[in-house]
Amino acid sequence: MSIIDKLMVKPWIADQGALEEQNGFAQPAKKIALWIFLAVVSVLFSLFISAYFMRMELADWRPLADPGLLWINTALLIVSSVALQWARVSADRGQFSGLKFGLLIAGAATLAFLAGQYVAWQQLIALGYFASSNPANAFYYLLTGLHGLHLLGGLVVWGMTTNKLMGGSQVDEVRVTVELCAIYWHFLLLVWLILFGLLLAT
Amino acid sequence: MTDTTPADVGFAPPAEVEEVELYHAKSWITKYVFSQDAKVIAIQYSATAIAVGMVGLVLSWLMRLQLGFPETFSFIDAADYYQFITMHGMIMVIYLLTALFLGGFGNYLIPLMIGARDMVFPYMNMLSYWVYLLAVLLLMASYFVPGGPTGAGWTLYPPQSILPGTPGHEWGIILMLVSLVLFIVGFTMGGLNYVVTVLQARTRGMTLMRLPLTVWGIFIATILALLAFPALLVGGVMLLLDRVLSTSFFMPSIVLMGESLDYGGGTPILFQHLFWFFGHPEVYIVGLPAFGIVSDLLSVHARRNIFGYRMMVWALIAIGGLSFVVWAHHMYVSGMNPYFGFFFATTTLIIAVPTALKVYNWVLTLWRGNIRLTIPMLFAIGFIFTFINGGITGLFLGNVVVDVPLSDTMFVVAHFHMVMGVAPLLVIFGAIYHWYPKITGRMLNETLGQFHFWITFVGAYSIFFPLHYLGFLGVPRRYYEIGETAFIPASAQSLNAFVTVVTLIVGFAQLVFFYNLFRSLTKGEPAGDNPWQATTLEWQTSETPPGHGNFGDELPVVYRWAYDYSVPGAVDDFIPQNKAPDETTGRSEPT
Repeated sequence: MSIIDKLMVKPWIADQGALEEQNGFAQPAKKIALWIFLAVVSVLFSLFISAYFMRMELADWRPLADPGLLWINTALLIVSSVALQWARVSADRGQFSGLKFGLLIAGAATLAFLAGQYVAWQQLIALGYFASSNPANAFYYLLTGLHGLHLLGGLVVWGMTTNKLMGGSQVDEVRVTVELCAIYWHFLLLVWLILFGLLLAT
Repeated sequence: MTDTTPADVGFAPPAEVEEVELYHAKSWITKYVFSQDAKVIAIQYSATAIAVGMVGLVLSWLMRLQLGFPETFSFIDAADYYQFITMHGMIMVIYLLTALFLGGFGNYLIPLMIGARDMVFPYMNMLSYWVYLLAVLLLMASYFVPGGPTGAGWTLYPPQSILPGTPGHEWGIILMLVSLVLFIVGFTMGGLNYVVTVLQARTRGMTLMRLPLTVWGIFIATILALLAFPALLVGGVMLLLDRVLSTSFFMPSIVLMGESLDYGGGTPILFQHLFWFFGHPEVYIVGLPAFGIVSDLLSVHARRNIFGYRMMVWALIAIGGLSFVVWAHHMYVSGMNPYFGFFFATTTLIIAVPTALKVYNWVLTLWRGNIRLTIPMLFAIGFIFTFINGGITGLFLGNVVVDVPLSDTMFVVAHFHMVMGVAPLLVIFGAIYHWYPKITGRMLNETLGQFHFWITFVGAYSIFFPLHYLGFLGVPRRYYEIGETAFIPASAQSLNAFVTVVTLIVGFAQLVFFYNLFRSLTKGEPAGDNPWQATTLEWQTSETPPGHGNFGDELPVVYRWAYDYSVPGAVDDFIPQNKAPDETTGRSEPT
């Protein structure tokens, strides 16, 4: 039954909504929670971007430089996303080695991305783009910082999962978590591409 | 829609809801302090919310003392007054009402009412409470920093909220913003839990449309909160950066005492949009759980199925959706594009349609019901009156031409206190009288309850009706003192003094309620499992109060909706949701 059908049921009629019906989605609760969380994060970034556009209209907006390093960072984040996808597929097939290398490459690439973002900050500060000197700069630091914080949160889960796997857990025990990590990384990659596009375009 | 004989539902397929591995507490600390049991977390949430709410109550007394008897109290100066307003508003709306409805009632009632053993993520649930407590402590800490708490008004509008001249601009505003960010983080953890639990952990047979309206109200309100709080987070973080790093997201160029500040180019209106994009849904975050709970109270105590169950559910969803497109009706006087006012006035008036529908359905539920005037019922009926009152003044204010002259007067204060202060509070009281027997196993004292209800109900009207009138006279809100004006008659001052006296009496009368809560813990009449003869699952537990895991060895199976009251032909005037069709001769009929 679709959600609309479910909401059209007349519950006072005795047999409707019978016991056979499946309650909820045929997915693990964690995955549902992740999707809802991604919705919340999407709202968060959408509101920041709306604020960005509203503030951009005002006279004092001065776009900041686009450090070339950001292209390398973007490549790193893509690598981490692809590696996690590899880990996810390997976990589905029960292949331990693919899972392990996928996770390790993803973690290393993500850490490199974060380090690269930090270096980009330093470069911009060295060029005199301070947060307080223009709203464009402030938005840049704020949005990249927030994106980085979300990645750090993901890295905590990544660390626990990798640790569990290295401690001798079976592939099946981490399969769902790896899948959730992969979804989360793809989502943050998408957010980064939007933010990077925004920076290049404005 | 076909009818079948009860024999068709005799077969029950194996449970689709997996039995969860419950976390079993090993020590006193993990059982009662760092507990992962939703029921304990609910009590923790409620106790903290009510405690901080008492601070909010005392602040309202202090404000009223100043307004009723200006130039009498030397310990209240203008800066104090603004700090009272700010903290009173923020505490009541966010740290009391939001936390109590969702963290308190949500945690206690969702698992029990849907037939689950606990929330789906108990650890995250525990974390949610502790982050909330930290947020409360940080907020209270602002009383102990140099300059005291912020006095920017609960809306925290820049530029004044972070500029010298506003009390608490040194530390108070920073603590307030950090506390809000923490609250949002904590709430998001809890909110994910409530939503996923309602979606995934319902027991067998508990379809969406068999959920009690209490669960529906809390569920939709949680979704609203998850989507609306990010707006406050965005506004709060940017304001924090303006304050701490001297960015200019919101701050225009300002010359202060002849010196021009570092700020420039920002727009305060942007903050107002962000704030109210959160702020208006917030009204319904507080309102929808109250709507849901009051529907169940009315149905149980009128021994009557809720009128128009499906309409009630659809109206909750419609109100939830509409609440995201009305925010700028808080900003008619902000200087935004006048055409916006037209749009937002229209959406605001449209939201009255599903809301009025709910009111009609509540009244029609009472119609020819077997009304039992228990204390929860008194509060529920009191809510209907109050909500109609507050709702109708909302229709006045939703119109731009009416709002502009009234916007800065006491009329607005009276309106929002009626509709989102008193009305939800009456439901909270009713709900406490209703579920206290399940939480503690004992009834609350009836006589004390009567006293508490009448003082609170009549008192609330004595306080807020005069404020409407004062608003019409033009008495401004947010003013520390009015002084002498050409247009406000001297009699307004005696009305103000009257309101202050009533406020003190009503506030003190709440002590009777607290006395009742504590006394009944040991001296109350034993309640039994189902004192109100209600149908929903929380009343069908094998022990009262419900033990760890809520339902003994086996989860209940649900065969019917939550409103089988006074079913013709049935033995009792209620049929519990988990009663199989062959156990009863009655059938329910649509209204």
